[in-house]
Amino acid sequence: MWDWSALREWLSGQITPYWTFPLMTAVQTLIVMVCLILTMAFYTLAERKVIGWIQARKGPNRVSVPFVPLPDGWAQPFADVIKLMFKEIIIPADANKFLFRLAPFLALIPSLAIWAVIPLRPQHAFANIDAGLLYILALTSLGVYGIILAGWAANSKYAFLGAMRSAAQIVAYEIAMGFAMVGVLMASGSLNMGDIIEAQHGGALSWNWFWLFPLLVVYFIAGVAETNRAPFDVAEGESEIVAGFHVDYSGMAFALFFIAEYVNMILISALTVVFFFGGWLSPFDGYLPEDSWLATPGFFWFGLKTLAPMFSFLWLRATFPRYRYDQIMRLGWKALIPVTLVWLLVEGCMVYFHVGPWKGHS
Amino acid sequence: MQGIRNFFKTFLLWELLQGLMVTWKAMFQRKVTVNYPEEKTPQSTRFRGLHALRRYPNGEERCIACKLCEAVCPALAITIESDVSIDGTRRTTRYDIDLFKCIFCGFCEEACPVDAIVETRLHEYHMENRGENIMSKDKLLGIGERYEAMIAADRAADARYR
Repeated sequence: MWDWSALREWLSGQITPYWTFPLMTAVQTLIVMVCLILTMAFYTLAERKVIGWIQARKGPNRVSVPFVPLPDGWAQPFADVIKLMFKEIIIPADANKFLFRLAPFLALIPSLAIWAVIPLRPQHAFANIDAGLLYILALTSLGVYGIILAGWAANSKYAFLGAMRSAAQIVAYEIAMGFAMVGVLMASGSLNMGDIIEAQHGGALSWNWFWLFPLLVVYFIAGVAETNRAPFDVAEGESEIVAGFHVDYSGMAFALFFIAEYVNMILISALTVVFFFGGWLSPFDGYLPEDSWLATPGFFWFGLKTLAPMFSFLWLRATFPRYRYDQIMRLGWKALIPVTLVWLLVEGCMVYFHVGPWKGHS
Repeated sequence: MQGIRNFFKTFLLWELLQGLMVTWKAMFQRKVTVNYPEEKTPQSTRFRGLHALRRYPNGEERCIACKLCEAVCPALAITIESDVSIDGTRRTTRYDIDLFKCIFCGFCEEACPVDAIVETRLHEYHMENRGENIMSKDKLLGIGERYEAMIAADRAADARYR
């Protein structure tokens, strides 16, 4: 997509080669982060629009910038950001000041850091590490510390209840999610994200979703629970505990939690695509001639495919009422985990008896 | 048998998928949003909004200070003081409606024997200072003068149902 060699050459003329690599990485990281935050901003707008449409409303259609030929309401996220920036950040008198300030960053940083191993396009990830899957598991678990610390530091019963709920929920669903990832791991035979995608090559039907469909469902449900989104948003259930762990946050401190939540949703969508829908692979690979642009893998396909799970998040939120807490626990422990275990067994048999696309490694 | 069917129905998320289809279809429905300041929903002629005191066409105040509205007001929002005026008729010296107390039930309008106090269609008003919630006699008469045409038309349209 981009050709970085020109910039790299110009840079190596300016500075010592030793600094070229870190500087290039920093520039690329910056570009990806800015794109990510912009996506997140417009994702919030998309959420309000989609939920509006489903409820027979129009959604935000007021804010726009003069002379910009975009549909009215497109600038709503920027209006929201400006509003939040001008608000006072209130720190409760009884709060643990240090943890209270630290928590938003602990929530946001892991969700941004995971993008280092996501292969956005063929043969490219910032950190093409072999244990990419483990890195993802580790960092998604780290994100919950932000929520727990926020709930604890605020020194408020509602925030604390929200944090406890979130912690128990994430522990329960992390297991189902981990098992779903084990299934992907068995299919691809590698922890490296690029290899996981490569192992699915060959058109839409050879992607993992076809053979691992139960795991896809489990993974996505667990992902929704992991990001504390409706119908699993008991951590901030406003009808019971006001706003859960971020009751006492205001202004940009709240915005950081908000950003973290939405970046996590985009992340879960991207991971669903990487694990089950062949990442940057083209769905027409093998069905259309090789030189057709529709059959070439690339960031285009990755982005397009990521939009579908992103939409599903909003669709689920607009459709389902919030689960009761014991129902969430029952679903996590007594439905999702057994399903993954059974399907891992089935998959093991498939691999052993050479059924399915992954005939090579057993 | 029923139990097994129920199990599969729950396990395969069948009802949840049905719910998702409902919302999917709803997404393409006609939108009912009214873009408020530019578009407005139709109003009934019986709309009960801001109050007004009316005058007869010759300019004489309709209100005869009978205090029936004050008596009927369930929210005790109306305060009336009266005296004999220069021409020897009974008139109000004070006619206050506290808009914060008023529940816009329309009883005052129904109780009035001379159609003096009425509720108009106006509902887009606001207050910026303390005390502005008290609608004094001057203000009420002012509204009545300004919107007499609309008030009279609404009463005429509704007359055969009264």
